[in-house]
Amino acid sequence: MTATAGNLAIEASNLVKVFGATRAVNGVDLTVPSGGVYGFLGPNGAGKTTTIRMLATLLRPDGGHARVLGHDIVREADTVRGLVSLTGQFASVDEELTGLENLVLLGRLYGYSWAQAKRRTNDLLGAFGLADAADRLVKHYSGGMRRRLDIAASIVVTPELMFLDEPTTGLDPRSRNQVWDIVRALVAGGTTVLLTTQYLDEADQLADRMAVIDHGAIIVEGTPSELKAAVGSGTLHVRVHDPAQRDEAERLLIESLRVPVHREADPAALSARVADPARVAHALGELSHAGVDVSHFALGQPSLDEVFLALTGHPAETYGAGETAEESAA
Amino acid sequence: MTTTETRPVAEGDLRSVLASRNRPARPSALSASLTFGWRALLKIKHVPEQLFDVTVFPVLFLLMFTYLFGGALAGSTSEYLQWVLPGILVMTVVMITLYTGVALNTDITKGVFDRFKSLPVWRPAPLAGALLGDAVRYTLASTMVIVLGLVLGFRPENGAGGVLLAVVLLLVFCYSLSWLWTLLGLLLRTPNSVMGVSMMVMFPGTFLSNIFVDPQTMPGWLRAFVDVNPVSHLVTAIRGLMHGGVTTGQIVSVLMASAVMVLLFAPITMYLYRNRK
Repeated sequence: MTATAGNLAIEASNLVKVFGATRAVNGVDLTVPSGGVYGFLGPNGAGKTTTIRMLATLLRPDGGHARVLGHDIVREADTVRGLVSLTGQFASVDEELTGLENLVLLGRLYGYSWAQAKRRTNDLLGAFGLADAADRLVKHYSGGMRRRLDIAASIVVTPELMFLDEPTTGLDPRSRNQVWDIVRALVAGGTTVLLTTQYLDEADQLADRMAVIDHGAIIVEGTPSELKAAVGSGTLHVRVHDPAQRDEAERLLIESLRVPVHREADPAALSARVADPARVAHALGELSHAGVDVSHFALGQPSLDEVFLALTGHPAETYGAGETAEESAA
Repeated sequence: MTTTETRPVAEGDLRSVLASRNRPARPSALSASLTFGWRALLKIKHVPEQLFDVTVFPVLFLLMFTYLFGGALAGSTSEYLQWVLPGILVMTVVMITLYTGVALNTDITKGVFDRFKSLPVWRPAPLAGALLGDAVRYTLASTMVIVLGLVLGFRPENGAGGVLLAVVLLLVFCYSLSWLWTLLGLLLRTPNSVMGVSMMVMFPGTFLSNIFVDPQTMPGWLRAFVDVNPVSHLVTAIRGLMHGGVTTGQIVSVLMASAVMVLLFAPITMYLYRNRK
């Protein structure tokens, strides 16, 4: 790896966790350098949450070992707990308390005096735009406010390493942008962030490096651009005006893109995974040159599904919903 | 709807908040437990309705049983009150112990518990702190029953000292019993199932005892159960402490039952607490 041994936030080797008959995590190796955002990508039930729950010392691994910030997650669990924080998939704040009480409570549990805890709470509420809602019960907060409070709760003591488990799932675009801003500010402050997500564009926006997990094991690791290079830059969708011209269009696209072209169920539509976006303009030019009327075209970013298809040969949706339920119950 | 919603995150403030790398010393076990106790008290403050069970419930029970059955069972309502009040006291407080398990399970399903477990504090502190909130509820319920009883004509022969000792013995028993509900709270999936299973244990546990009537008239097979039911032993000891005639053996048997419950359930609970997925 690029980082030296003394400078690693996480080193995990062959981590295993078994729930009954399911090997939720099946030999995960992970090396995360200090600083920056490390994306941890995978569909529901792939083992993301279980892995980070082990790294955050909430679960004891059934096999393998890991060091977090140089400390063993089993033997030195207490030291690790003092240096990391975890924000789960579901805002883990107390709904029956006010925002202020939630943070003061955590401040006290981290060892601040009452006065220090109150001061820290006021600073945090101000920074997260929650000062006006300080004395309101959290059950009356919106989803975005709850998520912000949850993240504020995770930095009552600024952690060296922060696990963010799907922090934007279920948020509207504006709240999502706010969470992204917070993540960037965290990293600028020197915290290492391990971010799990189902969205490729989120990892792309934030992560310096990322790993893709599938069936409890890491299948690929690298920078976002390395990953995308492996997948191609996206999919071109073309819809011709007259379905009768589709064969002609298909021939022209294969010729100019030099990739396989897929015939969609729509009799006028074609799609192709392209490696080089520059060729797309050329291909479209060829179509108009040959008198093929194009009613619609789009060049999409590769989706997580396409990443999976390219890397594993099967789409992400084939995973059962069973493990999602298990992870939420955990 | 709210003005706070539209306000962006204050970038500069955020940077300065994050710049603080202050790492306070880990709190003591006592301080952490008291902080969790504070949380339990805040919940009572914000949702006072939850005290309904510990205030209205005992009042209803005491009034209903005294005036409905008193004359028939004991010849007069005032005589029955002397008999039934210690029993109602036990039933009320024993019943509300099950909220310990329900509250714990709610914390787990909401994810709050994960946050607590990821803190560098003394591990049993969340459980210990919950006991403080319980103490408030138990004391309130006991006070309600005893004060109402005194108004209705309850006259404990051993006076205030006896009543106080009886309440202390009751609290010891209830704290020990609450380990069972904590165990269920960790084991079961939803707060509702915790409630359901606890009720299933609690109803026979309290009704099949000597709380309401003398077991003498019961058929042999039922008496056999009533006689070994720890709740019966507790009620006998508490009656003895309030009205006189308590024996050391009765108190020891309650303390033994409490010790057995703790020794049996506490290790399993702590194991589940550490290893729950």
